[in-house]
Amino acid sequence: MTAVAQHKTVLDVEKVRKDFPILSRKVNGKPLVYFDNAASSQKPQSVIDATNKYYSFENANIHRGVHTLSQEATSAYEVVREKVRAFINADKSHEIIFTKGTTDSINLVAFSIGRTNVNEGDEVLISAMEHHSNIVPWQMVCEEKKATLKVIPINDDGELMMDEFRKLLSKKTKIVAVTHISNSLGTVNPVKEIIAAAHEKGIPVLIDGAQAIHHTTVDVKELDCDFYAFSAHKMYGPTGVGVLYGKEELLNAIPPYQGGGDMIKTVTFEKTTYNELPHKFEAGTPNIAGGIAFGAAIDYINSLGFENISAYEHELTEYALQELKTVPGIKFIGNAKERASVISFLLDNIHPYDAGVILDKMGIAVRTGHHCTQPLMDRFRIPGTVRASFAFYNTKEEVDVLVKGLHKVIDMFK
Amino acid sequence: MATIKEIEETIVEEFGYYDDWMGKYEYIIELGKSLPLVDEKYKTEENLIKGCQSRVWLYAELEGDKIIYTADSDAIITKGIIGLLIRVLSHQTPDDIINTNLSFIDRIGLKEHLSPTRSNGLVSMIKQMKLYALALKTKML
Repeated sequence: MTAVAQHKTVLDVEKVRKDFPILSRKVNGKPLVYFDNAASSQKPQSVIDATNKYYSFENANIHRGVHTLSQEATSAYEVVREKVRAFINADKSHEIIFTKGTTDSINLVAFSIGRTNVNEGDEVLISAMEHHSNIVPWQMVCEEKKATLKVIPINDDGELMMDEFRKLLSKKTKIVAVTHISNSLGTVNPVKEIIAAAHEKGIPVLIDGAQAIHHTTVDVKELDCDFYAFSAHKMYGPTGVGVLYGKEELLNAIPPYQGGGDMIKTVTFEKTTYNELPHKFEAGTPNIAGGIAFGAAIDYINSLGFENISAYEHELTEYALQELKTVPGIKFIGNAKERASVISFLLDNIHPYDAGVILDKMGIAVRTGHHCTQPLMDRFRIPGTVRASFAFYNTKEEVDVLVKGLHKVIDMFK
Repeated sequence: MATIKEIEETIVEEFGYYDDWMGKYEYIIELGKSLPLVDEKYKTEENLIKGCQSRVWLYAELEGDKIIYTADSDAIITKGIIGLLIRVLSHQTPDDIINTNLSFIDRIGLKEHLSPTRSNGLVSMIKQMKLYALALKTKML
């Protein structure tokens, strides 16, 4: 065996690709090259089958009925809560709150903490690279409570300025909310360090894990984060399902976010008492089919193994960076030392929209625009970027197709 | 002056020369370069059609009983597309603009630009052009 062969990962990409039916389709007459994984990942057959199976054979409302179907559906749904707990190494399964997605999870924390802990003159600390969903909910809370939103600045490589962060932590800071991995730049933030620094001052920390949960092992106990939010649809699961992990004592301390069925103990017109965790935060009938299919997605990831996924994605990203560098006039936005499989770039003065339209014609799906991070684009004084984001089912050959496509784009717009 | 329908027919004929997407887009890019550009002083916030992807400025004024449109965009394909719209609708009367139902976009194979996901696409441009026509019509009364 040669030295090169020894470094090869054990992920059999060609085999893995067969698990994802959509990857064999054509777009505009060309084989699909799907590089928009940071927006949403594709789904393996097992996830699709789990959804079908639920509706075909198991459908019933959960947590209520005494009949067999309801009991079976409840068990199938609650098994997933335990799977999620194990997946992120949380202490207790009732620390796992099912939501509609990352945005919903962040809104839950923002509005619950906002109602109880944030007051006039207080501060909420976020970073300059946050997705709008980790900016706007806090902005709304700050506006309502006459508090101030403070922002950790970033350097030109797209990394958080940690000295500035430490200076921004004060007695007025009620919560720190930062992203684990930037959806626009691919920067992996030193969240463990952020959490430790905030905790020294007794400040709770929420981590937006939407871009991290499918790329790397997340251990909420090791991180010691107070809240961790993520979505199933970016981890090969269904849309409309997300998770909020929260430490038990904090989840018990904050009020429910929405009222309705399932979240109550007793209701009279004078007073309602709330249900226990996790149900206190899960008003109404949840996305049961989605939850169960999410379980299949977790099983799928576990079957491949994070070690293999991370190693392969790293190898692919390095290859893509190396090949993209050969494209004339390319400028990378975000050059963090620690980065995930997200590459944002511009081609000279070609507008990202123009590039995106032409790439689409060649069957290449990339994201163009501001990626829901307008303040970040303003920071770099650009209208947006072209973003290629990879998953473990992408190949080096597909990267070559992108590079060739970019040469074509340059030809057309020069 | 040709009518809206006549200009549409000419455009459909022109695009008929290209049988692949690349030729069509190369032509759109060329058209973008000859777009009647909006005067810098009108490139204001209020003349901006805001969208997710590229910025488009659109301005309209009356010349006799006809409307003259000018525009600009930071994306070239967008410039080409609005250039086509201007070619069809500029130098027409407000009533003709308001009452027209454009068919050429679909016929030249650019239907995808009509989808709502291409925010900042054709739909909002056409709407804005018609709104200008409506506003300028009331000015004429």
